[in-house]
Amino acid sequence: MLEIENIIFPESLGDALATVETDPGAVVLGGCGYLRLGSRKIATAVDLSKLGLDTITETEHSYEIGAMVSLRTLETDSCINVFASGALVRAVENIVGIQLRTCVTLGGSVAGRYPFSDPITALLAIDAQLVFQGAGRISLQDYLTGKGLRDILVKIILPKDERVAAFTSMRKSTTDYAVLNCAVARVGTDFRVVVGSRPSRAIRVEAAEKHLAANGLTRETAEQAGLLAAENLSFGDNPRGSGEYRRKICPVLVKRALIEVLDAA
Amino acid sequence: MQLETTINGNTVTLDFAAGEFLSETLRRYGYLSVKEGCDTGSCGLCTVWLDGKPTLSCSTLTARMQGHEITTIEALAGEAEEFARFLVAEGAEQCGFCAPGFAMTVLAMKRELKEPTVTSINHYLAGNLCRCSGYKGQMRAIVKYLGVK
Ligand SMILES: Cc1cc2nc3c(=O)[nH]c(=O)nc-3n(C[C@H](O)[C@H](O)[C@H](O)COP(=O)(O)OP(=O)(O)OC[C@H]3O[C@@H](n4cnc5c(N)ncnc54)[C@H](O)[C@@H]3O)c2cc1C
Repeated sequence: MLEIENIIFPESLGDALATVETDPGAVVLGGCGYLRLGSRKIATAVDLSKLGLDTITETEHSYEIGAMVSLRTLETDSCINVFASGALVRAVENIVGIQLRTCVTLGGSVAGRYPFSDPITALLAIDAQLVFQGAGRISLQDYLTGKGLRDILVKIILPKDERVAAFTSMRKSTTDYAVLNCAVARVGTDFRVVVGSRPSRAIRVEAAEKHLAANGLTRETAEQAGLLAAENLSFGDNPRGSGEYRRKICPVLVKRALIEVLDAA
Repeated sequence: MQLETTINGNTVTLDFAAGEFLSETLRRYGYLSVKEGCDTGSCGLCTVWLDGKPTLSCSTLTARMQGHEITTIEALAGEAEEFARFLVAEGAEQCGFCAPGFAMTVLAMKRELKEPTVTSINHYLAGNLCRCSGYKGQMRAIVKYLGVK
């Protein structure tokens, strides 16, 4: 069971970061969906809910999603439903139920770097950037491959472009964790192919992306890209499926997502 | 800790421990319709409305409730009874333990879904796991209650 000794509501992001940097027992709270499942004892819980991080802002070049924006807010936002073919909405809409999605945040989902994460897979295909209060702006990709930060995630930035994207996953039941998930995108003549819940963290498949960039997107290259993903990635076992099974379904998911992008044109 | 919030239209001062979650606080204050099922954020039994939106009270920190509006089924007795009649007519009433969370979701759905369809009803209800008495009967009741054509 989660125990919290003290909870503080900093009045500025600077104050929040100062606490995280100086108090070794400080833990930042997102929606608490995952934090509360652990049996940890938190000496100082840093609550960001009074810092106005729960809004989605559209600027000339991007959408800026505050770290405390709930998955339900994302799912019901008219712009996010259209941006990148609504791939981010497809990635969150089957996470448990609307009640949980009202509680849990995009910031907590990203900061936690969960290997099973659906939104992280979609965000990688969208080239999302992250803004931390201390470390400043870094790409999601660098954040995922780095060793983690003791910092405050402030917002997630989605670059506005004419990206066509798709998200798909294999689940044993609609609201269960994904056995495997996949997001793809076409940006001009470039492609993104991302596979997550392998069960390790989501990763871009360079070989597949290069193949598509060199040969264009057709039904044949979509199939090839799927095979390249299965060949080039490592897969492992967990209670939801074996590595072998994941390797078998990977080409199908990648192909399906790419064909969705092809058909959207 | 202490804070002031609104529960079912009444201003209430709550006393609670820093790490307490809302379902526990509500039950301590006598809102016994709020049930805890899985305690992992999965089952939807503890659904209450927070500022009108269905939320898991088991995963919502009480410390965050300052100035918010919490609604439990105690405040919606008339509407809940009306919906219950639709369930009974289809032989789909539940034992009572999961029913408050289920009804809170359906009553929220009635407000939120502009043109409900079987697909959008299913999606909205996915977070309420217990469907004892039957998916079909419950769906028939909801479809009739919402007036789906
Ligand atoms: C029952 C259940 C089923 C789920 N199923 C799925 C699923 O199928 N697919 C999926 O993708 N996800 C799933 N999730 C995960 C969920 O979508 C969230 O990603 C998760 O709950 C974390 O988000 P949160 O807001 O609750 O963060 P918290 O649990 O509050 O925090 C998570 C971590 O991030 C840190 N953190 C939070 N916010 C910040 C910040 N702004 N800056 C720095 N650090 C921060 C916290 O300290 C903590 O380490 C599930 C969760 C539950 C409870």
